[in-house]
Amino acid sequence: MTALETSGVGQGSAVDANASAAGPRPVTPVTNHKRRDNIRKWGEITLFVGPALVLFLTFVVYPVISAARYSFYKWNGVSQFSDAEFIGFENYARALFGGTDPDLKQAFTTQYSQPFWEALGHNFAIIGLSMAVQLPLALLIALTLNRKFPGRPSVRVIMFAPYVLSEVIAGVMWLIIFDPNGIATDFMHSIGLNPPAGGWLEDQTWAFWVVFFIITWKYIGLAIILFLAGLSGVPEDLQEAASIDGASWWQVQWRINIPLIGPTIRIWAFLSLIGSIQLFDMVWVLNQGGTTGQYSTIATYMMQIGFFRSDWGYGSAIAVIMFFISFAVAVAYMLVVLRNDNTDRIRKAR
Amino acid sequence: MRSVKPRKFDKSVYLSVGVALVGVALTLGPILYLVLGGFKTQGDLAENPTGFPNPFQWQNYWTILSEPLFWRQLLNSTVVALATTFGVVLFGTMAAYPLARYKFRGREFFFVVFTTGLMFPLTVAVLPLYLLLRDMGISGLWGLVIPQIAFGLPVTIIILRPFLKALPMELEEAAAMDGVSRVGFFWRMLLPLAKPGMVTVGVLAFIGSWNAYLLPLLLLTGDPTGMTLPLGVTTFQGQHSSATTMIMAYTSLAMIPALVFFLFMERRIVDGLTGAVKG
Repeated sequence: MTALETSGVGQGSAVDANASAAGPRPVTPVTNHKRRDNIRKWGEITLFVGPALVLFLTFVVYPVISAARYSFYKWNGVSQFSDAEFIGFENYARALFGGTDPDLKQAFTTQYSQPFWEALGHNFAIIGLSMAVQLPLALLIALTLNRKFPGRPSVRVIMFAPYVLSEVIAGVMWLIIFDPNGIATDFMHSIGLNPPAGGWLEDQTWAFWVVFFIITWKYIGLAIILFLAGLSGVPEDLQEAASIDGASWWQVQWRINIPLIGPTIRIWAFLSLIGSIQLFDMVWVLNQGGTTGQYSTIATYMMQIGFFRSDWGYGSAIAVIMFFISFAVAVAYMLVVLRNDNTDRIRKAR
Repeated sequence: MRSVKPRKFDKSVYLSVGVALVGVALTLGPILYLVLGGFKTQGDLAENPTGFPNPFQWQNYWTILSEPLFWRQLLNSTVVALATTFGVVLFGTMAAYPLARYKFRGREFFFVVFTTGLMFPLTVAVLPLYLLLRDMGISGLWGLVIPQIAFGLPVTIIILRPFLKALPMELEEAAAMDGVSRVGFFWRMLLPLAKPGMVTVGVLAFIGSWNAYLLPLLLLTGDPTGMTLPLGVTTFQGQHSSATTMIMAYTSLAMIPALVFFLFMERRIVDGLTGAVKG
C-alpha cells in the first residue's frame, strides 16, 4: 500500500479508476500489475491536469467565491477583512431598491439604486440594439459580400480589422473624433446641422447613441466574418437551383441562406448578449461611462464604486449580480435556442 | 417554356462592390484620420481637419520613437503576451490530453469544472483577484501573466479537447507497442500532431493578452515605463490632453503591431474564432 500513499492526490480516486477501468474486478494476482499501472495513470493525470487545475481554482474560482463572500460585508478593501462588518443582503438591497433602512432609503435610492438601474438599463439597451441594428446590418453586409468580386478577400480582412484592435486604441481614436472641437463637430457644421451643444459624449440624448455607434464599429466585424464563414458552408447548388426556378435574390436569401446559417446567427447572438452584459473596456476608455453615467454599464459602475470609491462590499455585490445575469442569459439561451436547434434536427431526421 | 436566363446576378456585382466600398471607407476612414493626424501640427489639425497634413511633419512620431517610453511599453506588452500565450498553450494542452484520451472516473467532472470558467468573466472576479495578488505579493507584469493564463484555460481546453479526441486512437496503441510511455507519447507524438489546434488557441490568447485593459488598469498603476501599451495609451492621453496630434501619433504607433500581427495571422484568427464558436 505504500505505493498508493505516495500517489498523493490520486489516492482516493485511484480505486475508482481501477473499478471503472477493470469493470467487475477479477480476484486474481493480475490485479497487482493492473493496480500499479493505475497508480501510474493517476500520477500522470495529476501531472498533466494538476497545474491547470491549480491555476484555475486559485485565480478564477477562488476570486469568484471571494466576491460572493465580500458582497455580504461593508468593507473598504484597505482594513483587515476580519474587521469588516457583516451586513447580510444589505448591499444587494441597496443596489436593487435603496436598502432596508427606512431613514436612509431616500438617500440610498439616489446614491446607489438609481445609478445601478441606469447602468443595467444601458446594458439591456445595448443588447436590444445589437439585435435590432447590428444583426440585420451585419447580415445584409454578409449576404451582399457572399459572392465573388474583385478585391473581396481584402474587403473581408479590412472590415474585420477593428475587431482585433484593442478597445483602448479604438476608444481613444473615437474620443478624438468626437471631441467637442473635433472632426465630427466640423462635419455637422459643414452639412448645416448643429452638433450637440454640450459635446457628443456629454449630451444626454446623443451620448448613448454615439457610444452605441462606436461599439457597432468595433464589433460588427465579428458578426460579418462569422456570417460569411457560415454562408461559405451553404452548398452553392441549392442557391443555383432556386434561382433557376425563378426565385429572386431576396427569396434565395430569405428561404435558403438565412435559415441555413441559423445556428451561426444564434451563436453570434449569444456571444453578443454575454459581451453586452460584461461590456467594460470600451466604455471605460470613453470617459468612464460619462460624467453623469449617461452611458455607464454595470461593469463600469462596479469599478467606479468598488475600486475607485473603495466600497468593496457593494462593488462585489454588483459583480455577483452581473454574474447571475450572465448565468441566467446563458441558461435561457440553452433552454430556448438549443432546444429549438435540437427539435430542428429531430424534424430533419424524420 | 422558360428560356435559360443569363446569369441574373451579374449586374448586381456593382451592389456588392458598392457595399464593400462603403464598409471599407467606414472602417478605414477613422484609422486614416488618426494616422494622418499624427503628421499634423496642432494648428493644422484645427484648420484643416480632413485634409492631407500641411506642413507634413514627422515631429510627433519622431519624438515618441526617440524616447524609451513607447519601446518599453511595447516590450512589456510583448513579454506579457508571449508569456501568457506560452502558459495557456502549455498548461491547456497538458490538461486537455488526459481529458481527451485517458479513461478515468471523474473525467467529465473535471472537464465540466473547467467549462464553468466560461461563466466567470474577469470582470466578476477582478476586485478579489486584485486583493489576492496583492496578498500573494505578485505584482507587476507577473500579476498580469498568471491570472491571464488561468482565465485563458477554459476556452483552450474546450477547443483542444475535441481536437485531441479526433486524432486516431491507434496512435497510442502503436506507440505502446514500440514501448513509448504515455508521457513520452504526449511529448513526442501528440504535441506535433496538435500543432494546428495549439496555434489557434495560442493566437486567441495572444490577442486577448495584447488588448487587455482591465487588469493592467488595476495592477500597473504608477510608473508608465512598467505599463503595457493599452494602459500606456490612456495614460499618455491623460498626460498630453492638449496635444491632440501627439496622442494621435502615439495611438497610431500602438496600433501597428496588432495590425501587422493580424495581417499575418488573419486566417488563424478567423478559423480560431469560427472554430471556437462552433465548439
